[in-house]
Amino acid sequence: MFDGYTFSELTSILAMQGFAGLILFSVFVLMALGLAIIFGQMGVINMAHGEFMILGAYVTYICSHIFSTYLPSLFGIYFFIAMILAFFAAGALGALVEWAMIRHLYKRPLDTLLATWGLSLILQQVYRSVFGAREVGVTLPDYLLGSFQLTDIIEVPINGVFVMCLTFLITLGVAYLMFKSTWGKQVRAVVQNRAMAGAVGINTEKVDRGTYALGCGIAGVAGSAFTMVGSTGPTSGQLYIVDTFLVVVFGGAQSLLGTIASAFAISQSQSTLEFFLSGSMAKILTLLTVVGILMLRPQGLFSLKIRR
Amino acid sequence: MSRHHTTDSTLFSALRRKFILGMAALPVVAMAPFNSFASDVNTTGLAVTDDEVTVGILHSVTGTMAISETGSVQAEKLAIDQINAMGGVLGRKIKFIQEDGASDWPTFAEKSKKLLVNDKVAAVFGCWTSASRKAVLPVFEQYNGMLYYPTFYEGLEQSPNVIYTGQEATQQILAGIDWVVKEKDAKSFFLLGSDYIWPRTSNKIARKHIEKKGLKVVGEEYYPLGHTQFNSVINKIRLKKPDVIYAIVVGGSNVAFYKQLKAAGIDLKADNITLLTISVTEDEIRGIGGENIEGAYAAMKYFQSLDNENNKAFVKAFKEKWGSDIVIGDVTQAAYLGPWLWKAAVEKAGSFDIDKVRAASPGIELTTAPEGYVRIHENHHLWSKTRVGLAQKDGQYKVVYETKELMEPNPFPKGYQ
Repeated sequence: MFDGYTFSELTSILAMQGFAGLILFSVFVLMALGLAIIFGQMGVINMAHGEFMILGAYVTYICSHIFSTYLPSLFGIYFFIAMILAFFAAGALGALVEWAMIRHLYKRPLDTLLATWGLSLILQQVYRSVFGAREVGVTLPDYLLGSFQLTDIIEVPINGVFVMCLTFLITLGVAYLMFKSTWGKQVRAVVQNRAMAGAVGINTEKVDRGTYALGCGIAGVAGSAFTMVGSTGPTSGQLYIVDTFLVVVFGGAQSLLGTIASAFAISQSQSTLEFFLSGSMAKILTLLTVVGILMLRPQGLFSLKIRR
Repeated sequence: MSRHHTTDSTLFSALRRKFILGMAALPVVAMAPFNSFASDVNTTGLAVTDDEVTVGILHSVTGTMAISETGSVQAEKLAIDQINAMGGVLGRKIKFIQEDGASDWPTFAEKSKKLLVNDKVAAVFGCWTSASRKAVLPVFEQYNGMLYYPTFYEGLEQSPNVIYTGQEATQQILAGIDWVVKEKDAKSFFLLGSDYIWPRTSNKIARKHIEKKGLKVVGEEYYPLGHTQFNSVINKIRLKKPDVIYAIVVGGSNVAFYKQLKAAGIDLKADNITLLTISVTEDEIRGIGGENIEGAYAAMKYFQSLDNENNKAFVKAFKEKWGSDIVIGDVTQAAYLGPWLWKAAVEKAGSFDIDKVRAASPGIELTTAPEGYVRIHENHHLWSKTRVGLAQKDGQYKVVYETKELMEPNPFPKGYQ
């Protein structure tokens, strides 16, 4: 397939393809982080993850409307405000859901799967009733559209760079929270031994609610960011859920580092394969490889060494 | 004396009763030429009374497909309203029973059986995806129902129980490719689609047509439904430098594809590349955003911006009923034709019987169709014109080309399979 191309053309295309892989990597990390926190740290199988993302997307949609109608002069910065609001909206809904539903199911982790799946159906229908069945268009400020021209052939999409930076910042933030802050220590203590954590005076219920809300909030930010690259509709969340679970499970559910490593491995293999094969074949091969590795190593790439 | 009186009054009241009956019968006799008895126009036990006829609407209003099917439901209801305002069909008002296919193909089959067997509807307007049509087809054939199917689709089907009001693949594809070759001097094509039957069959027809002209297909790619990352294929397109990107991406993937295409710096407004699609109507542009797809071309039979009197009236009525910010795509218009074509066939047949309506259908023409003029072919598809539209920033298409003649529907194209 490379007949008749010059060396510089090929290197440029490979560079761009590498970059496409990195964008895919950031998208995977961003969508999986929230789930990794909830699934990894709490053992809750959150099937409604996609719908929390779409809540963020709808918050962005509402913001774009409000700003373009009432505050056109500030339209350029609305996207950042929308992301913050998306975080709090999705986080608040998360806390509510944890209080109303999830906390009753901690002893029955498999039932959380059914309960959150039901929640996802309910949320989809709520979005459909409120915003209509059709997809909505989110208008972006002009500087987020288009691409940087680096050389004649190499062009870097601006929204890709934006998602990469955002992912980097959020990952740093989560890492700091989890590994440096007192709250993070409490979360990890609860994960390792709930009874002992309670015995030393950690309010495990409060920690649970905070963890769940944080995971949902990050999903909201991810959904807000993905309005740049994807669709916003009642069922758009379903487009992400399979890949998200794939990344988290493959990485080893309880390890944030594992999530990142697995997002990297899956995104790179997929984007490389996509370039040489057709899109559907690439997906099949990636899935087969993941299934193969999980058969050999059911706990995922990385796992915590804890006593059970 | 008293006995006599009783007899007398009995006689009188009997006479009076007869007289009243006669008075009551008068209007019926007078109406008869317009409003024939239900038993005459309905010999097979359909839900037809002297002043009402029941039809079914079967679309997804919940689930993934609700995005696409909402427009069709609205169009069918509008058509039924308008027909009722004109006095109905054979003097009977249309009453509809709406069922939800819920984006689930077995549900479609179940609901169609319910409509045909329990409700005994005289016709069903519905289905959107080919999968849902394939699921209900055996039901319609077994219980002898009549389905008016609105979506443009891959062809390769012709059922006595279905009238296809959208275009089949060759009608949509051949004219579009001929146009782009002539107008844009296109020599090379990159075919791209979502991975299921419609895009694959359509691209097969497109490839045959392109290669018959001695031109080149430099790439053909499929991505799973719901795929959201198109950067790899965009790089491939960049490497192959085709004159035309022929895109049949559907659903949520559409939004991702066009946003990423724009972000990757491929300018659809530029002269060196043309994007031609058969899957993006005005409905989809709402989700994609006009600024992301501006400059792309679409080949289909209807655009909201069509400049004719029928269409202006249709758009006005549609907006009055469903809100002024609504957009109307190709399939919505095709769905609107369904009830009108059925009405015309019933009136030609003088009966609601499915067999008679079927026999009367070929040759039925609508001069009032928003798309202009359509006629039902022997093969149950419509003769219709194909247009090419240029996507504008405001989400509408500007019509830049229209075939001179009606395109003949050809669901089993020889040499293209």
